[in-house]
Amino acid sequence: MAVRFLSASVLYLSEYILGAAKMATIHTRSVARLMMAPSVILLFAWMIVPLGMTIYFSLLRYNLLMPGTEEFTGLLNYEFFLTDPAFFDALKNTLLLVGGVLAISVIGGILMALLLDQPMFGQGIVRILVIAPFFIMPTVAALVWKNMFMNPVNGLFAWLFRLFGAQPLDWLAVAPLTSVVIIVAWQWLPFATLILLTALQSLDEEQKEAAEMDGAGPISKFIYITLPHMARAITVVVLIETIFLLSVFAEILVTTNGGPGTQSTNITYLVYTQALLQFDVGGASAGGIVAVVLANIVAIFLIRMIGKNLEA
Amino acid sequence: MGSINLRNVSKVFGEAKVIPSINLQINEGEFVVFVGPSGCGKSTLLRLIAGLEDVSDGEIVIDGQNATELPPAKRGLAMVFQSYALYPHMSVRSNIAFPLKMAGMDKGEIDRKVSDAARVLNLTDYLERKPRQLSGGQRQRVAIGRAIVRQPKAFLFDEPLSNLDAALRVNMRLEISELHQQLKTTMIYVTHDQVEAMTMADKIVVLNRGNIEQVGSPLELYCKPANLFVAGFIGSPRMNLIEGKFAEAKGAKTVGIRPEHIGLSRDSGLWEGTVTIAEHLGSDTFMHIQVQGVGTVTARASGEFWVRHGDRVYLTPDETKLYRFNEKGLAL
Ligand SMILES: Nc1ncnc2c1ncn2[C@@H]1O[C@H](COP(=O)(O)OP(=O)(O)OP(=O)(O)O)[C@@H](O)[C@H]1O
Ligand SMILES: [Mg+2]
Repeated sequence: MAVRFLSASVLYLSEYILGAAKMATIHTRSVARLMMAPSVILLFAWMIVPLGMTIYFSLLRYNLLMPGTEEFTGLLNYEFFLTDPAFFDALKNTLLLVGGVLAISVIGGILMALLLDQPMFGQGIVRILVIAPFFIMPTVAALVWKNMFMNPVNGLFAWLFRLFGAQPLDWLAVAPLTSVVIIVAWQWLPFATLILLTALQSLDEEQKEAAEMDGAGPISKFIYITLPHMARAITVVVLIETIFLLSVFAEILVTTNGGPGTQSTNITYLVYTQALLQFDVGGASAGGIVAVVLANIVAIFLIRMIGKNLEA
Repeated sequence: MGSINLRNVSKVFGEAKVIPSINLQINEGEFVVFVGPSGCGKSTLLRLIAGLEDVSDGEIVIDGQNATELPPAKRGLAMVFQSYALYPHMSVRSNIAFPLKMAGMDKGEIDRKVSDAARVLNLTDYLERKPRQLSGGQRQRVAIGRAIVRQPKAFLFDEPLSNLDAALRVNMRLEISELHQQLKTTMIYVTHDQVEAMTMADKIVVLNRGNIEQVGSPLELYCKPANLFVAGFIGSPRMNLIEGKFAEAKGAKTVGIRPEHIGLSRDSGLWEGTVTIAEHLGSDTFMHIQVQGVGTVTARASGEFWVRHGDRVYLTPDETKLYRFNEKGLAL
């Protein structure tokens, strides 16, 4: 499901990124188009077939509990999905989740990158360790966080709270969405750090020295030299992470099951509950299409906002 | 404003003693050029003065004030880097304005100074462009503009022209010289280009392996090289250094004679030789001539001198322009 409704926005983004890496001349550009055609056509077919089927299903009354009763219902599925109060919660949660994780991973990533860029003992090993969370499967990561950190009885956080004489928090019940944000951010922080660190290391040494001679202190140097230099890398991080964060699922399934109520249900999870908990394929398909539209709105919005950073 | 004094300055990188110990006085308003072969420590010395590297030992005094421990920004010096080190995301205007902005100057004042600098450097039409939209020479001028707006006590240039093509290099050389006439600010200029050194400098500092071999005006170095290294380094083509019988007869270990101080003739002279290579430049002719008992001698004839590979010529060194050096390589 996730792959299906995101492929549209992936294609949109990749087209944009390729376009941004401006080819030198019209000739090389048209040759490049020709060379890319097979893979683009394949990708397009890959996307359009499932998308077409989803649109078709979304127009049917199609429930797995009542096989053989499929019939055309027009936009009824959409009406039900969009007027479901859970939909607005899910929409809000999706945006909060994406925004929260982006904020934490970009700001945290910049700080981590600055830290890792300092010469220190065992730099190589520290860098590998920092990257490590990225290699852990989402389900495993979420389970580790749920049982070892956030558990109100045995969790590390509970122990810390008690250490300071505070009442341990039942994270997943009290602040379910925040907890999910923390878990997902933990997974994506290394990715952001890695990309931003590479950007940081490509900053010309003489430029830093020139700024130093021009009287820029560490903070001015960061604001006027380092940050603009990293703008492109930050854009790449934001765009790529957004694609994946719109479809966060495993972490929610494993930890909160979308609850309590709909407090940590995002659109992906809502589609899942429709399809596999209520066996309503038609409704789920309508939800999927809504998600595709949403993903594209977010993508267009992002590219309008920060896409110019990608241009050379 | 703008005198710089190095006292026993030394620099060690790990194990390597790049600069053993240097004493140097740079006077106010002087144009000082550091020359020397690659890796001799020119850039290191400049960066020590700028404060981009810490000295291992010794003192740097700027305008009578000990600046050894001062950070680069507090020394009041401006540097132009070899790679220009412009800020790529800023317009030319913001690049030039950056040091003033960092100094907290007010907006109107900044605008006035930036447009003044732009006028001096012919950059007025390019102020809104980004550095990548400029040619090499224009970038170079922006880098200089960024340096002059601050009205520093001294300018430091590290091989600023080495990325430019030959014609532009000549142009920029003149522009920098003119700028020096105009501003009368102390300038320290690193290069390994002889011509730049000879044409621009008030004072040349010849460096070799981190040591100063000689300090003097261009003509002093040309006419009175203190040792073999300076003799071989200053002047183009290189001075001929002759050892053996000829030198012994003059009471020296080595005798030097510049290519331009050798008389050429087709029929008579002190030495007889065979031309191995002749370079015809039109204005000059440079010849490499194999002479029995002396070795290969480079000679220069003004204008056209029609010889080819294998031709026989006669050479007569100008006795009054001989340089004599002892076993230690010092001038006698
Ligand atoms: N950061 C450093 N660490 C260790 N050694 C260094 C460092 N910087 C320079 N060196 C060494 O110091 C010596 C002088 O270097 P420097 O850059 O001053 O040479 P240079 O005279 O400017 O040469 P060039 O004309 O090629 O620019 C070189 O042998 C170089 O290897
Ligand atoms: Mg150098």
